[in-house]
Order: sequence, then C-alpha cells, then structure tokens
Amino acid sequence: MENIKAIIEAMIFSSDQPLAFDKIQDALPEATRAEITGVIDSLNNDYRQRERGIVLMTIAGGYQFRTREDLAPWVKKIKSCRPASLTPAALETLAIVAYRQPIVRAEIERLRGVDVAAPLKTLLEKKLVKILGRKDAPGKPIIYGTTKRFLEVFGLEDLSEMPTLRELRDIDG
Amino acid sequence: METTIAEERPDDTGAIITTGYEVRLDIFQGPLDLLLYLIKKNEIDIYNIPITIITEQYIEYLHKLQSLNLDLAGEYLVLAATLIHIKSRMLLPLEPLPGEEEEDPRRELVEQLIEYQVFKEALLELDKRPLLERDVFKRGCLIEDNLPLPVEDEALEVSLFDLLQAFKKIAASWDKKEVMEIDREKITLAAKMNEVLTLLLKRDGVSMDELLIQGIGKSQILYTFLALLELAKMRLIKIYQAETFGKIRIFATTA
Repeated sequence: MENIKAIIEAMIFSSDQPLAFDKIQDALPEATRAEITGVIDSLNNDYRQRERGIVLMTIAGGYQFRTREDLAPWVKKIKSCRPASLTPAALETLAIVAYRQPIVRAEIERLRGVDVAAPLKTLLEKKLVKILGRKDAPGKPIIYGTTKRFLEVFGLEDLSEMPTLRELRDIDG
Repeated sequence: METTIAEERPDDTGAIITTGYEVRLDIFQGPLDLLLYLIKKNEIDIYNIPITIITEQYIEYLHKLQSLNLDLAGEYLVLAATLIHIKSRMLLPLEPLPGEEEEDPRRELVEQLIEYQVFKEALLELDKRPLLERDVFKRGCLIEDNLPLPVEDEALEVSLFDLLQAFKKIAASWDKKEVMEIDREKITLAAKMNEVLTLLLKRDGVSMDELLIQGIGKSQILYTFLALLELAKMRLIKIYQAETFGKIRIFATTA
C-alpha cells in the first residue's frame, strides 16, 4: 500500500481515544504487523524532527496525538477543558493505589495514617480508580485499582512505565 | 478530614504562627505527615528517633491546634497514643524471650513513616509528568467526550458505581410526603423483569431515569432497579452511559 502512512496518521488523528494497535491492524488486514509498526515509528520521527506542535504518543496501549508540553500556555487559551484537579489527599491516595494495586481500603489507610473514604470517592467519581472486585478475606473488602483514564491523564503507556519507587533508605539524606 | 494549622507551617523556631488571618487546615495530610515534618525540622535520623523529644513536640503541636479551637481528627490522637506507648516501652523494655533479640519499639512506626515518605516522593514524580489537560492536550476534552451511543459491546461501560449513583439520584427524589400506603402491591421480581424486558423489546433504548420514574412508590422503583441488575447479569440487556454523569440508557440485547 502506497499511502499506508497517510491512512494510519488519519486514523490516529480522528480517534477520540488512544488508538490501539489491533484496531489499526483490523482496519488494514493486508498490512503486516511489522509494516504498521514501521509506519508508526516513522510518523513518530516525522513529528519530532520537524518540530511540529503535536507529537505522537503511546498512551494506555494505544496511539494518540498530543500537543507539545512547552506549548501548553498557548493551547490553554483556546481549550475549555479544566484539568482534573485533585486535592493533596486524593493525590496521595491515588499514588498509593497506583503503586500498590490491587489494594483494599484498610491498607491505603494504614499507609496514609488517615481515613480515605472521601478521597477514594473522589477518585472513583473521576474514574481514576475503579473497583476490581472483592478480596476473599473476612468481610470481603473491596479491591481497588487504577483505570485506563489514569494512564491517559498521566500519559503512561502502561503501569510499568510509572516512575519507580525510591529504595527505602534514609529519608533525611 | 482536614486538620492542621495557621496560614503557614510553623517558623523555624517551632513557634506556630497564630497571627495568620486565615486558618488553613489542610497543610498536613495526617498525623504521619506532621510527624515527618517534625523529624525533618529537627534534622533527626529517622532510624534513631529521640522518641521523648518528638513525642513532646508532637503533643505540644496538638495542644496548640486545640487552643486554636480546631477539631482534631481522631487519627492524630491515635498517633499520640502510639508515641507515648513507644516512649514507655523504651523506658521499661520488655524482657526479651530467651533466644530472641530485643526489638526496637520504634521499628514499626519507622517502617510506616518511611513507606509513607516513599509514596509522597512518588506522588511528586507522578505530578511532574506531562498531565493531560494541564501540560498536554488531545483533541476534544477528556471529560466531556460527547461520544455517540456506542455500537460495540465494550466501547463504553457503566460501572456498578455509575448505576448506584443513578439510583441514588432517583432515590433522592422520592416523594417524601408519601406517608400512607393502603394497598401493598404485590410485585415480584420476575414479573418486573418481564415487564421491563417487554418494554425494552418494544422500544429501542430507554433511559434509566424514565424506567425508574415509571414506578410509583419506593417498592416499585426498587424492584425496577433490582430487575435491571438481574437482567444485566443474565445478559438480556445492555446498559450504556455516553458521558460521565450522563443519561444511562438501557437496551435489550438482540440476540
């Protein structure tokens, strides 16, 4: 296919959500996996090298065009979206869920030393955290984990891409 | 739960600024945060906390908070009790069991503090990332994605949480004046399920609000909701929500 690069670019551009590799593959059954990967790499390079305002990113297992970070001050002027503002308590809770999932509420509370009912509710409402199921333990406590939206908001390809936790060492160093 | 103190953290002398105009309570994220702050301020080695000094300072802090008429959250008092307990154990060490090494009474608290500290740092790292709609943008907006009704099965899911929220909304609007109930209707879940399903098969998509409001009285609404859950479990219906807090629409599965 001659115009496969243009096709894939158009598909990623027009997609509301990060476009999964499999969806591209399904739409282009005649292309090989290697071909598609090659095109995506090439697109990626194009956007980076030509210093365009957008870059191709791998987010939550899919591809998405996003604006360049340094252009935020200007882009903000024309966007009406508000960033998902979270309280420090919600952020702390989110970080603990993200790193320790699957996790039950009692464990989050042990780690934070405070009740987390309110921040947990906020996170559920904002769809950054979801209920994964129930733990097979007395009282069948609910298990929480992060959502795909969490990956989208934090620009992560998957959970393994999260900043690694510092080793437990002296804290006043 | 937001508890703490004046406009700023205390100054270097340890005195709490009480002259602040605005009392902000959310500076410390909890007792562990306060304790970490005291440890840092005193430049203490976390593995060798002088428990007497720290306990004193911690409790002094709580007193000051109380003198400002701030409600102290229970968690702060729990940690105060823990500190005092550790202090007493340091003064009167338990006789170690034969063959066992004496355990540092501070160990558990120190581990908790360090773990907490690690998460606080991880949080800062996460916050440094290019966040969507703060630093970087995609087409449209994350939240108000006005997606058309999904055609595919998994394009959009409604979580149990969403369903309960929608139910709560309806429940909140229940007519509170309804005090008399003369004839207890005889409803069965099975009948309700059939009723809902028949309606859904006749019409192509009904909103959850509409379905629930059709029921007169609490029990009707409850049964409708239970019927929906049951039908969804049996995969006889599909439940969609196009946007956050948007209308929840229900379709019969056309198998």
